[in-house]
Amino acid sequence: MTLAAAAGTAAHATTTAAAETHGFLSPTGVEIAFLLVGLVTLGAAVITVTTRQLVHAALWLVVALGGLAVEYLLLTAEFIAWVQVLIYVGSVVVLLLFGLMLTRAPIGRSPDADSGNRWVALTVAVVSATALVWVVVDAFRTTWIDLDGAPAGSTEVTGASLFQHWVLPFEALSVLLLAALVGAIVLSRKAKAEQAATATAPAPATASGAPGPAATRSDTEGTR
Amino acid sequence: MNDVLDVALRLLVVFVVFLTFPLIVGQTEHKVMAHMQGRLGPMYAGGFHGWAQLVADGVKFAQKEDVVPAGADRRVFQLAPAVALLPYLLVLLAIPIGPGEGAVGQVIDAGVFFVLAVMGIGVLGSLMAGWASANKFSLLGGLRTAAQLLAYELPMLLTAASVAMAAGTVSLVGILDAFQWWWVPWQITGALVFFIAGLAELQRPPFDMPVADSEIIFGAYTEYTGLRFALFLLAEYAGIVVLCGLTTVLFLGGWHGPWGTDGLGWVWTLLKTAVLAFVVIWLRVTYPRLREDQLQKLAWTLLVPLSLAQIALTGIVKVVIR
Repeated sequence: MTLAAAAGTAAHATTTAAAETHGFLSPTGVEIAFLLVGLVTLGAAVITVTTRQLVHAALWLVVALGGLAVEYLLLTAEFIAWVQVLIYVGSVVVLLLFGLMLTRAPIGRSPDADSGNRWVALTVAVVSATALVWVVVDAFRTTWIDLDGAPAGSTEVTGASLFQHWVLPFEALSVLLLAALVGAIVLSRKAKAEQAATATAPAPATASGAPGPAATRSDTEGTR
Repeated sequence: MNDVLDVALRLLVVFVVFLTFPLIVGQTEHKVMAHMQGRLGPMYAGGFHGWAQLVADGVKFAQKEDVVPAGADRRVFQLAPAVALLPYLLVLLAIPIGPGEGAVGQVIDAGVFFVLAVMGIGVLGSLMAGWASANKFSLLGGLRTAAQLLAYELPMLLTAASVAMAAGTVSLVGILDAFQWWWVPWQITGALVFFIAGLAELQRPPFDMPVADSEIIFGAYTEYTGLRFALFLLAEYAGIVVLCGLTTVLFLGGWHGPWGTDGLGWVWTLLKTAVLAFVVIWLRVTYPRLREDQLQKLAWTLLVPLSLAQIALTGIVKVVIR
């Protein structure tokens, strides 16, 4: 999210004020594509939270996140788009699927997977969506990306903007993620120590386990 | 019109490469494995040393019935082979084969990120297949695939980042333009880590725990028959081509060579890729399969620290020589 905001600001800073030449009534091909991909993304996101099939929800999430990457591409933020695919589609969804398959992933519907908090969830979702849309609309209003000018979202521009204007948020985020990582390691080790302590009392033979994979799995969960 | 023709021609060339190179690697594997094991390999199909064996295999696969198990999730089951195969086609678009902008399917500004991101998607195909088959062995295979991807994507990214640091760009074309011969010894640790991690991501021996045919019966692909199974196999060989091509471009200088880079740069790229593909086959014949925990241990306690050390070395040298 921060990366996207930084890229947006970079685009904002480098685009010229060409607002007069554009109108909402004569959309270009890029704008039509943007709208269509947006609709697909929104649809996939809605299906993700409403479907009764757990693994299907994760797979629709792939569609939603991939659609978002295409939107970044259409906004000329190429670097952000590929990072989106790499982190979210390639790692987060794989982690999700891994977790699902490790615990429970029945074929077909799972009616017991429904939450009683659906109205609260809906309220939170609508409120956060309103806040985000409001912020973005208010920040950019009628800023247009000059497609013929210098590239506004290339790796070089994104990097320069990130490490010149946004170093402090970047470093703060890094520290936050590091803290989460350390916290996850501590939690997983503590849980294992307690488990070992309780397991040794009745049956000493079962209190073993490969330390590597268990610890690393919760690390990766912590960092994301 | 000229632009359209240009794009169409590039796409056509990439597509032809995508269809032929994996078959060539597959046939080479038949023959190389056979000779390393003191036998002949396929000798009859096509006449001369069984060159048409894979064509015959393809015809055989196409004839077989396409079965979807009754308990399977139909749509996901049928979609999975496409998800496994198509990313490699996309990656081939971005790999430069010779000097200049004419010798690459599409110049991509953040090329390194593009290829690694898209290669990661291919694994989703195995996961989908493993889950949708409604088979315990398949599910185990899918789980192992996921665990393996999570462990090996990190060292791949870190070593690729090391090369990007050395070149000062994340564009594959730009990296090749900046390449000097002494980068090979400088980045050799990164190259080895990248290649090993790539092998693990492709689930090639000795990292073929997810498909281990002698214990979980080919893992995620157990229930597949006919053409869809062939697509998974094709994805594996396309993956070998992509991995060897990427290692060549990132670490071995791609079209750079001792002589003749102007006209024959593409020959160097193909030659290096072919040698690496041979090494991939060689490893399959030579090494026994790792156990699942050994595999995780190798990634987290050896490859990740090594790639971090490589990044540190790259940074130090970069600061010293500027």
